[in-house]
Amino acid sequence: MPSPTVIAALLTRYILLYARNPMRAFELFFWPLVQLLVWGFLTMFLQKQGGDGFPEYITFLIGGIILWDALFRAQQGVSISFLEDVWTRNLLNIFAAPVRMIDYIGATFAVGILRVAITAGMLALVASLAYSFDLFRFEWGLLAYYTNLMLFGWALGIVSISLILRWGHAAESLAWAIPFMVQPFACVFYPLETLPPWMRAISTAFPPAHVFEGMRASILHGGFGLREFTIALGLNALYLALSGWLFASVLRSAREKGLLVKTSST
Amino acid sequence: MLDGLRFLPMLHAVAEPILEIQKVVKRFDGFTAVDGVSLQVHAGETVGLLGVNGAGKTTLMNMILGLTTPSSGSIHAFGMDLRTQRLEILRRANFCTTYATLPGNLKVRHNLEIFARLYAVPRPKAKVAELLALLEISHLAEKSTGQLSAGESTRVNLAKALLNDPELLLLDEPTASLDPDIADKVRKLVRHLQRERHPAILYTSHNMRDIEEVCDRVLFLHAGKILAAGTPAELTHHFQEDDLENVFIKIARAQ
Repeated sequence: MPSPTVIAALLTRYILLYARNPMRAFELFFWPLVQLLVWGFLTMFLQKQGGDGFPEYITFLIGGIILWDALFRAQQGVSISFLEDVWTRNLLNIFAAPVRMIDYIGATFAVGILRVAITAGMLALVASLAYSFDLFRFEWGLLAYYTNLMLFGWALGIVSISLILRWGHAAESLAWAIPFMVQPFACVFYPLETLPPWMRAISTAFPPAHVFEGMRASILHGGFGLREFTIALGLNALYLALSGWLFASVLRSAREKGLLVKTSST
Repeated sequence: MLDGLRFLPMLHAVAEPILEIQKVVKRFDGFTAVDGVSLQVHAGETVGLLGVNGAGKTTLMNMILGLTTPSSGSIHAFGMDLRTQRLEILRRANFCTTYATLPGNLKVRHNLEIFARLYAVPRPKAKVAELLALLEISHLAEKSTGQLSAGESTRVNLAKALLNDPELLLLDEPTASLDPDIADKVRKLVRHLQRERHPAILYTSHNMRDIEEVCDRVLFLHAGKILAAGTPAELTHHFQEDDLENVFIKIARAQ
């Protein structure tokens, strides 16, 4: 079982790192806000030009932006927390302390939850004021969407840090790039049926596609898509297990090849 | 020329060692960094690891901390196998190295309190205050770690290394880049620890004065192998040199 004491200590450290570095905190608010404003107003403009034929456009888009941010923030919670330790050359201190990997990863998950809570709260408020978008229209379904997107974000985060550990500083940019490699298949801003068949096949293997299909169905027809939720949850269990296996394998290999020390001290 | 010198008398032949390394080998892609090293460190004993850059000292330290896995051989501490009981060992050990730093954005006090909690130290705030006083750096508690001088950073890292009152302490070049005054304070601290807490200490340094002052026993490593071992006095006598620095040069140049 994870140790709450160790996770709390590591989480405190990450919170202090954010609190004492205004640029880190700024980054948390700036990009999601810019994205929401730019794409939100663009959609409003296009909708006005095209008449009121499909007023759900704005709702689809705002819902997509806010929920996609949950996946991205959860992934960043894991990968950027790990990179903070690499950048500050603190990784050796952590890995040579009595800290189990499950506690270390657990702390990065907790960072992800905090990041998601902060940005989701801000985006929900701005969307409500600027576009009369009510995030809580999904009621309990909202919790289900967030759960699945954060689980997948964590899995991507673990894959990101595994690649950084294996390939070193050269792979750092993957910490930001990996979610966007998945995004075209995630059907965040368009329905699954828009994609060509080969892409559709890949998309259905990713949990976010089911989450966003469920969200759009809920906006159009109301209710909650239990089938989409269950498929996404099952896929997430698989991806988390695979990413955990990958990280354990890479960590073992990094200890054998001396990569852990190399990544930490250069 | 050095054959036969590695078998100088070993101390503590009877007592149970805190750290026991048996025939440890570490190979990286065809390069052998550590080649069949065996050593023991007992409670209250300070063993110095000497060698030129690339001799295998830091690789050996990293293997003891579980950061690097040995290719073969075994490492035991407190009677436990590092392969299977790494966390139990790390709870009773600690280290200080120039290759790791604490996050610069955080205050010294915050960094130390967090590590105190990671090492499950009871009353972490009191322990941090005690160590800051011991190391004469209480005035740095509220300062950002990244703003410290090299000497101040080293003492903060030493404070981190002492948080859990380690029974096994690994000090990897703790006086590197320090001025003579601070280096002297670090040596005094190590001697204080030896007197008061009797940990087993493994100490690497390029500073021969460090080694002469604090080490009970010295191991010379070269190309991953122990070439010679003994007390500083035994080694200088054996090599017919005035001090350890000349012994170091003699051994390094003989290879």
